[in-house]
Amino acid sequence: MTTAAAHAHPESFLRTYVFSTDHKTIAKQYLVTGIFMGIVGGLLSYVIRMQLANPGQSIPGYGVIGPQQYNALVTMHGTIMIFWVAMPILLAALANFLIPLMIGAKDMAFPRLNMMSFWVFFLSTVVLLVSFFVPGGAAAGGWTSYPPLSGTAAYSGGQWGVTLWLLAVALEFVAFLMGGINFITTAINLRAPGMRLFDMPLMVWMQVAAAVIFLFSVGPLIAGALLLLLDRLAGTGFYAPAAGGDPILFQHLFWFFGHPEVYVILLPGFGVIAEILPVFSRKPIFGYRMIVYATIITGILSFIVWAHHQFIAGIDPRLATPFSITTILISVPVAVILFSFIATLYRGSIELASPMLFALGTLAVFLLGGVTGIHLGVAATDIYFHDTYFVVAHFHYTLIPPVAFGFFAASYFWFPKMFGRMLNERLAHVHFWLTFVFMNLTFLPQFKLGFMGHQRRIVTPTFFEALRTPEVEQLQSMATVGAVCLLLSQILFFANVAWSLRRGEKAAPNPWRANTLEWTTPSPPGHGNFDTAPVVYRGPYEYSPPGRSEDWFPQNLAPEKGAGS
Amino acid sequence: MLNWLPEAASSYAGDFDRLLSTINWITGVWFLLAEAVLIYLVIRYRRRPGRRAAYLPANSLRSMSFVLVPCAVILGFDLLLDGVSAPVWDEIKLQLPPHDEQVRIQGEQWAWRITYPGPDGQFDTADDIETVNDLRVPNDKVILFELTAKDVLHSLWIPELRLKQDAVPGRTIRGWFRPTREGEFEVICAEICGFAHSMMKGSLRIESAREYERWLASKAAEPRRG
Repeated sequence: MTTAAAHAHPESFLRTYVFSTDHKTIAKQYLVTGIFMGIVGGLLSYVIRMQLANPGQSIPGYGVIGPQQYNALVTMHGTIMIFWVAMPILLAALANFLIPLMIGAKDMAFPRLNMMSFWVFFLSTVVLLVSFFVPGGAAAGGWTSYPPLSGTAAYSGGQWGVTLWLLAVALEFVAFLMGGINFITTAINLRAPGMRLFDMPLMVWMQVAAAVIFLFSVGPLIAGALLLLLDRLAGTGFYAPAAGGDPILFQHLFWFFGHPEVYVILLPGFGVIAEILPVFSRKPIFGYRMIVYATIITGILSFIVWAHHQFIAGIDPRLATPFSITTILISVPVAVILFSFIATLYRGSIELASPMLFALGTLAVFLLGGVTGIHLGVAATDIYFHDTYFVVAHFHYTLIPPVAFGFFAASYFWFPKMFGRMLNERLAHVHFWLTFVFMNLTFLPQFKLGFMGHQRRIVTPTFFEALRTPEVEQLQSMATVGAVCLLLSQILFFANVAWSLRRGEKAAPNPWRANTLEWTTPSPPGHGNFDTAPVVYRGPYEYSPPGRSEDWFPQNLAPEKGAGS
Repeated sequence: MLNWLPEAASSYAGDFDRLLSTINWITGVWFLLAEAVLIYLVIRYRRRPGRRAAYLPANSLRSMSFVLVPCAVILGFDLLLDGVSAPVWDEIKLQLPPHDEQVRIQGEQWAWRITYPGPDGQFDTADDIETVNDLRVPNDKVILFELTAKDVLHSLWIPELRLKQDAVPGRTIRGWFRPTREGEFEVICAEICGFAHSMMKGSLRIESAREYERWLASKAAEPRRG
């Protein structure tokens, strides 16, 4: 087929919706897959929480849960939420949709690579889901899959669960490597004329930073996973002490990736907030460059903190204090980012629309996740809190803000652009308040359980005398009520989406009066995005600039010649 | 503040609890302060007709100082925490004070195997005493433990002692504690270790020196297999 012929005929259904190279379609594919996996991961947490509130009782819709099943549930819940929800939604979907639109490009730098990235990811999703149904069940050694437990079937139960888990994770990383290369190349090469690096929206900075961090950190984990796969399939002994190997080697390789990964997820969430705060405060973001530099410093520091996951793992105890110092130090650049966000509100004109509510909710919740990181980053107190519910509460308080709140903020903000319809605002407010309240009801009690010494990943807390107290049982029940209500509250979101897709008010190109380039396209943008190629004259956050009657100044609006108003 | 930990039973628990309290206060005050500022700003600057937002891009170092100064204070608190916490870590994990008693603890799927040196005070001799899930120590004596694992990772976790340490196959990890309160406590496995991880539990009995000696003697007198 010649190029002319390809243009003459409308693209086939398969090319438009399935094997599409359009970044917006690929974004939607990632989004739908991520949301589907989010529902799977959410249902797993329902089973986990029901078991913890009423150990041993039959769970409606599931049945009675055994110890191996419970181990598999917590393993797969963590794996899915990090790798198959946070990554596809926050990175792949948001970056794919927004980077070209925000920098004024027609598509990604490598559209075919982009398509391949999604389909490899899709394959990894299938492999992971299949692993639920193999003999012996899904992987059950924790989402970190530490050997020797994950090293042989003799220790971990089934032969196939961990093997498929490793295969799925490796495939997924291949997908995100292809995606990450695309994000970086696109942002560097395809910016609209006039857009300097420091005119890019912070979302683009954050996505590029996340992609760079991912590229640099993922190598060791892929090596680590490969060695583990060889241990399982070829009988090598990289992690088997009897064969001269060392189980702790895997932990180093895992966390050298695993901790930067936290920032890979966190930064795009921060990017969402950075876009929403100025629009709904009608103010420039406070300290744009300072935020960019703080992000880069955070990214660099994230590479030298990994051993804080291993303070008590048997590493040389003299290593703890140096890693403790770097870990606590990372609070400074992160505080710069958070305080800049908060300072953006100062003397603003704040409208509490649904995207803003979720953005502010992200800040409010993340602050607690941040400060409780100190308890775990200080090596001495980590002795007590490591592997307790305190850790569980802490990482949910750090990850739910960017992943869930950030996703909802982004949805309420960019849904009109993506689908051409507005979401119902009143329903969105109810959704926010229920989500906010029940999130806290679920995880605040878990901090207290951690203080009380409650270890994580046990199927029957009542087996332990110290945990067989009315107070522990009450806290577990509170968390379960919170979790079930939190899950049910999400029906409001899906109902809103389903209703609005068909009946929602038609969205104008720029319903929020925002400055960045994606709002100059039609809602939704067609193939090729921009009717006329945009030219950029200023930064992304020129809100309420002096000497202008409107309180916004789009990036692409040419300055009036000799204008005095 | 937030004094929800189980009552302490080791000599270093006091230092630990004091450090934890310091951290709770510092992080708690910062957390509440930041939330208060956030909520205040949202309420104070809610949209009102006719009021235009200020244009404050904070491009100059001078205006950035509104953020950088609090962050510098945070850096100060960070260094303070590093300073006060390192000695506690060193006390619990780095130092090995001269010991009164020795015990070997081995984690295995799914029990704690405890070995005492027996009457001769030497390990790997015929009179070694072995128990499963039954760890007994005399009160107020420094106990040196050698922690190993037979199969997979385990983690020795005794909340009352403020002690947790992973057990790793192929490594012998030495540590210590000095119990300060008689009683019976649970010895938990904190690291997921397979099928029955949730049921892996031993007991720590802290006894008077006399009771402990009597128990040791009765164990030593038991006929042993093989």
